[in-house]
Amino acid sequence: MTIDLTPRGTADGSAVITHGLTEVMVDVFGPKEAKLRGQTSHDRALVTVEVGIMPFSTGERRKRNRGDKRILELAATIKQTFEPVIQTALYPRSEISIFVHILQQDGGLLPASINATTLALITAGIPLTDYVTAITCGVYSTNPLLDLNTIEENDIPHLTVASLPRTGKVTLVAMETRLHVERTAVLGIYVRRLIRAAADPTDVTIQEDALTDVIKHRLNIASLLFLWTVATATGDFDNPDVSVRKGP
Amino acid sequence: MPRPPSPSIPEKEFLFTSLKESLRLDGRQPLEMRAPILTFGPDLGWVECAFGKTRVLAQLDAKMVKPTPERPLEGLITIHSEISPMASSEYEPGRPSDEEVNMTRMLDKILRRSDAIDKESLCVLAGQRVWHLRLTIHCLADAGNLLDCACLAGIVAFKHFRRPEVEVVGEEVIVHHPSERAPVPLSMHHTPFCFTFAYFPDQDTPPVLDPSYLEQRISAGLISVALNAQKELCVLQKAGGVPLTQEQVLAVIDIAVNEAVKLDWLVTQRLAEDWKGRKVEVR
Repeated sequence: MTIDLTPRGTADGSAVITHGLTEVMVDVFGPKEAKLRGQTSHDRALVTVEVGIMPFSTGERRKRNRGDKRILELAATIKQTFEPVIQTALYPRSEISIFVHILQQDGGLLPASINATTLALITAGIPLTDYVTAITCGVYSTNPLLDLNTIEENDIPHLTVASLPRTGKVTLVAMETRLHVERTAVLGIYVRRLIRAAADPTDVTIQEDALTDVIKHRLNIASLLFLWTVATATGDFDNPDVSVRKGP
Repeated sequence: MPRPPSPSIPEKEFLFTSLKESLRLDGRQPLEMRAPILTFGPDLGWVECAFGKTRVLAQLDAKMVKPTPERPLEGLITIHSEISPMASSEYEPGRPSDEEVNMTRMLDKILRRSDAIDKESLCVLAGQRVWHLRLTIHCLADAGNLLDCACLAGIVAFKHFRRPEVEVVGEEVIVHHPSERAPVPLSMHHTPFCFTFAYFPDQDTPPVLDPSYLEQRISAGLISVALNAQKELCVLQKAGGVPLTQEQVLAVIDIAVNEAVKLDWLVTQRLAEDWKGRKVEVR
């Protein structure tokens, strides 16, 4: 997993995140004067999300038009996830626009987009009540798997969860494959551990086992985000899985 | 582009206060659904479903086409769902609204991607001829929870539909008219049902099942659970909105499990009743 926070162009905040082969670039503009006057609210900022899937992001080159329902759904999901987190009430009659560009896809599109959006919003200096971290968790017979790639995603039932690590609450749950309720509950237990691990990777009360280690490892990004915001100066992250490039 | 007026402040406050005391405007319990009313039309695969004043019409037809080269052994299923201004003055023709995108995607996931219909059974002649099922969802009136209503109408339409019997002789396909040979029902793996719950900004207010129009408008988040009577979850969707705890999500699934069993029974009953009243003439 790599994170690149180099400022690009005129964007107020931008982030490129890779989860394995999945690569997502997010640019945040705003708060600024709203383009769509008719859509503005007098008491809070308008959040708009646009998603673009690059034709070269998959093996077979396919052009998707912007009206594609799958893209619109992805945009709507990101928008609804961040609307309650961004302190929109601070910027009445303005707009915060988020542009998500999917550069490469290999599973976990939604979690990568959400993580990148959180990073971009933080770099843009937009006040958030909490940061949002997301991950997919799959279950193969009884073995849990984290952060699935495309091949795994096609065959294994999986659940995408976006959580607010500090409160431990879930803002987004998405599952699209058939799975028995009892097994979902098992998956839920893993996810709960995952959220707790994300909230505090040093929590000793979390049961120590191989899985928790993996979760902590993967979700160090959550704590990393936090570290990044509080101590941008030091910037020594000793997680071998995550590399961070900061802007000038 | 005029935006729909939001409910007035007194209206909102009244509703929030009553919901906090577990009272709903239409006299339902928080976790009580409106009883679905299923009406079958003259044709097979013509189903009208009503949840109170929310009404959706689903229509299914089948035609024979050439399969896609990638999947020569599978039939095709397409779902057309468009929310026209007929449903409510809020919807405009043209650019799809967020509600429409959400509904289309959810129907696609619940009815098509969850493998409810055995697509291989729709194959007539490999690489040459397959059935193309086209489900059209007409939203007639929106009084809240259009998605669940549309989903129920869609799945019942699949169960109600019967396709003409076909016979393959060598390379030739003979389609028998329904009056010659009795049409055959579609082969289905399972019947998923969708349940939508609405959450409110105040954490003490209990969630409500099957939100009415006003409840949906003032809600702070929806969670949709699609599952079948065999307790298999097909789709779980909570796109943003108010954050919930893990327990709250699992509690919602538990409620949906019980509702799915009840709804499955109701659908089976209604289909059996309708089938009894139908005369299929076979010469």
